[in-house]
Order: sequence, then C-alpha cells, then structure tokens
Amino acid sequence: MNVSQVVFVILSAIVLVGAVGVVTNRNLFRSALLLVLSFVGIAGFYILLEAEFLAMVQLLVYVGAISILIIFAVMLSRRMMAPDFKAQNEQWLGGLLTAVVLFAILAFILLRVSWPAMPAPVPDNTIERLGQALVSPDQFVLIFEVSSVLLLVALVGAVVVARQR
Amino acid sequence: MDFVLNFWVEFGAWVGDLMAGWGLPPWAVNLVADFVGALILLIIGVMAVIIFTPMERKVIARMQDRPGPNRVWPYGLLQAFADAIKMLTKEDVIPSRADRTLHMLAPLLVAIPALLIYAVLPWGPGLIGQDLNVGILFVVAVGTIHILAVLIAGWGSNNKFSLLSAFRAVNQLLAYEVPMVLSILTVVLFAKTMSTQGIVEAQSVPYGVVMPVTGLIFFICALAEANRSPVDLLEADSEMVAGYMVEYSGMKFAMFFIGEYVNMFGVAILTATLFLGGWKFFGLEDVAPVLAPVIVFAKSVLVIFCMLWFRATFPRLRFDHLVGFAWKFLVPLAMVNLLLGAIVIKLTDSVWGQAGLMLVANIILAVVTGLIINRSARKLPDAPALKEIAAVER
Repeated sequence: MNVSQVVFVILSAIVLVGAVGVVTNRNLFRSALLLVLSFVGIAGFYILLEAEFLAMVQLLVYVGAISILIIFAVMLSRRMMAPDFKAQNEQWLGGLLTAVVLFAILAFILLRVSWPAMPAPVPDNTIERLGQALVSPDQFVLIFEVSSVLLLVALVGAVVVARQR
Repeated sequence: MDFVLNFWVEFGAWVGDLMAGWGLPPWAVNLVADFVGALILLIIGVMAVIIFTPMERKVIARMQDRPGPNRVWPYGLLQAFADAIKMLTKEDVIPSRADRTLHMLAPLLVAIPALLIYAVLPWGPGLIGQDLNVGILFVVAVGTIHILAVLIAGWGSNNKFSLLSAFRAVNQLLAYEVPMVLSILTVVLFAKTMSTQGIVEAQSVPYGVVMPVTGLIFFICALAEANRSPVDLLEADSEMVAGYMVEYSGMKFAMFFIGEYVNMFGVAILTATLFLGGWKFFGLEDVAPVLAPVIVFAKSVLVIFCMLWFRATFPRLRFDHLVGFAWKFLVPLAMVNLLLGAIVIKLTDSVWGQAGLMLVANIILAVVTGLIINRSARKLPDAPALKEIAAVER
C-alpha cells in the first residue's frame, strides 16, 4: 500500500458518504450540499490522476455552476423549508428498479473492458495537448463544435423563454 | 553581495541544507519547507486585515475631509487590534431553529478559499507557494466556493432576509464571474500559459498597457467579486444591514470580515500579476531579486488604493443596473475583446507585434464602445436631464 492508494481510499470514502447522504438526508438543502461534497471528491480523483485541468474544470463547472443551479431550484420549490420534507414519492419502486438496472449494466461493462494503463509518466504539457486535440480535425473538433452549437441553442432558448411574458 | 541580492532563494536553500545536515530525509525537509511556506502565506493573508483596515479608514477619511480613527495610538494605526478585541468579546448568537452546522460552516467556507488563492500568487522568481500549471484556473475554481458559502450563510441563518440577500449576492457573483473569466482568458491567450509565474514572465510590457480594456473589465469584475463599493451589493451595509450575514455576530462575523479583506488583497495581487507585471519593475527584479516581494506589495497596495478611491468616489449602483451592466455590457465587451485578441495572435508571431496590434485594437474597441454608449444614452426615453444636455449640444 502506498500513499496514492491511501488517498484513493479517503477520496472514495468522501465521494460515497456524500452520494449516500444525498439520497438519505431528509433536508433537501443538505442533500444538495452533500452532492457538492461528492463533486469535490471527484475533483480529488482527477488530481490523483494528474489531470489538474480536469480537476479545476470539475470544481468550476460542478461546484461553481451546476450545484448552485440545483440549490436555486431546490430553494425556489414549494414547502422545502418544512423540517420533515418527504424525500420519496409514490414512484420509489420504479426509481429503485431503474437504479439497480443501470448499476448492473455499468458494473457489467466496467468488469468486461480491459482498461489500458499508461506505462509512461504523464507528459508536462497536458493542457496544450488537450487544446490541440480539441481543435485538430482528426481528433475531437467535430464533437467540440457540435457541443458548442448545442450550448448556443440552449443559450438562445433561455433568452427566448425568459422574454415571453 | 550576491547573497544579499538573491536573499530569499539563497535563504531557502540554506535552511534546506541545514535541515538535511541534521540528518532529515529529503521528504521530511520538503514537508517542513511546505508547512512553513503555507504558514507564511497564511500569516500574510491575515496581516492583510491588520494592514488594510486602518489604511481603508484613514484613506477614505482623508478623501471625505474628516480625521478618521485617531484615538488608538498612534494616528489610530492600532485600530484593527481594538476592533479585533471588540469582535472577540461579543456574544456568539445562533438564531433559534437555525441549521447549526451550516450556520457555523459558512464563515469557514468564506475565509478558507480566500486564503487558498495565496498558494498560487507569485511574490518573485521562485517565490511562490506552488507553481501550478493551471494556476489561474485554480484561482477561479476556488473562488466559486465563495458563492456556495454565501448561499449556506443565507440559508443557515433561518432568516428570510438573509436568504433573499443570499439570492441577490449569488446573482451578482455569477454575473461578474463570466466577464472576469473572459478577460483572464485574453491574458492567457497572450501569455500562452495558465501558470501565474509564466504570465509574469511573459510580460515584457505589462498587460495593463498592452490591453487596457481587458484590464479595466477585470478590475471592475474584481471589485464585484471582492465585494467592494460601488458594487458591494452583497453587503450594502447602509441599506440592507450586512445582507446575508445579518445574523452573524462576534467571531463568526469577524471571519466574514477577514475573508473579505484577505480576498481583497488576493484580488489586488492577482491584478498586479495579470496586468501590472507582477514582480517586474523596469529591470529592477534582475538587479536585486530581493526586492521582488516589495514590488509586488507596492503594486497591490496601488490597486487597493484605487479600490478605496472608487469607494470614496462613486455612489452604489442599483441592483438591476448592476446585473444588467454585467450581462449586457461587460460580457459582450469581453467577448469582442477576446475575439480581437485571438485574431491579433494569428496575425503575427512576434511578441512586440502582438503587443502593438493589441494596443491599437483595444484603443479602437474603447472608442467604438464609447460611441455606442453615447448614442444609446441619447435614446433613453426616461432621462430628461440627458435629453437637455443633448439639446444644448445640438
């Protein structure tokens, strides 16, 4: 057992405790905060894998934007201030089934695929290589451009929805 | 003489050798060095509160033609200590039926990210907590935790006015983060690195001179992010009585206060790093590297002085004007500026050519923006005073 394995176990504990807390906590606001804790743990995983850029983007996008959005939605929904807010509705059986099936499929795939391990150390200029990969035609430029168009559509859509009175 | 001029780096190396001489293994030496470095950065952050509270009060008093604090000897310079003792002796109030854990967590979440930023702020060649290759992104990412802390403070107080103020505050912080990141991105384009050290090294001319519009956008957003007047709508102490932190007293309020000043100093150093050339000052840093931290400090005090000057000069904005200004004015301007930067970089490869072209592009951008504002100001239907001015001009 070495240091990175110890760190891995600690981070996994943080992520799992956070994730379990999200679904079990009775208070919706606290659930949202536990989700943030889980996101931060995942950023820690990225740092462990020496992907600092991804870790920072994880913090920026998930902690800084997505979770704030979730918290806003939670706070603006009705009666969430009540102390014993019911966490489940009558569809819990369907939800449980979906979750179990999804987990089974993911676990099946994870166990089947032989994950390639990189023998060499991580190169220094990862950000430059990432940037080149995103805009070079034989790599990810199509995906990059399509997702930017998607975001633009979402942006314009938000403005259109907001302007209708 | 060399050892005096290179004092900081040589001193670090000497202490390292000394500890290795005691028989400590290299990892222990590194651990102790990192720990001491973190402690020094922490102390710098907290010292900022003690230095800049009296400075703020004295400078603003001077601008408003009044004496300011002058009871605590000498010249009221020890006012910060008196304030600290007052804070410590206040009663610690937790509102009834408030979420106790979250109520206690929020002040920590404000103060800790503000101090974390200091890890990547450069104080001189080789004088930095940790030279991350994503340094500037780290600053932005850690800064977002502040938004979360504001929400937690608003919710954890069990007070609907705190909660509403927290919504307001988050609205402002999110709005000003976008143009801030866009202007940082322009700098990163030119420096070709996200490391804060690399950005300082890339500035043969300070970026504040090369791209004044970018610098101005960043400075306005930094004011909003650091919660400084005239854009301190998070707190707005004369209207909302401290907004989301209205229920906090004693040491917990002091943590918010410390967080604010630490943040202000951090943002000032960041502005100095990105736009004023960091530890560079007309070649002085090559002659005497020992002066590099002094140069950084002097530049950041200059930035803070400008912040205080702003505070004493401008009235506070109305909230919808504030958010509208960010989304309708700063974001488009920053985007056009970023686009111009990208075009300039593709036009020429020489650093000086890029700098010159960007300066010209920025001046044109400023003039065009001014003309557009002038035109739309004349069109305002509910501004009789502006109409009168326009009529007189015609």
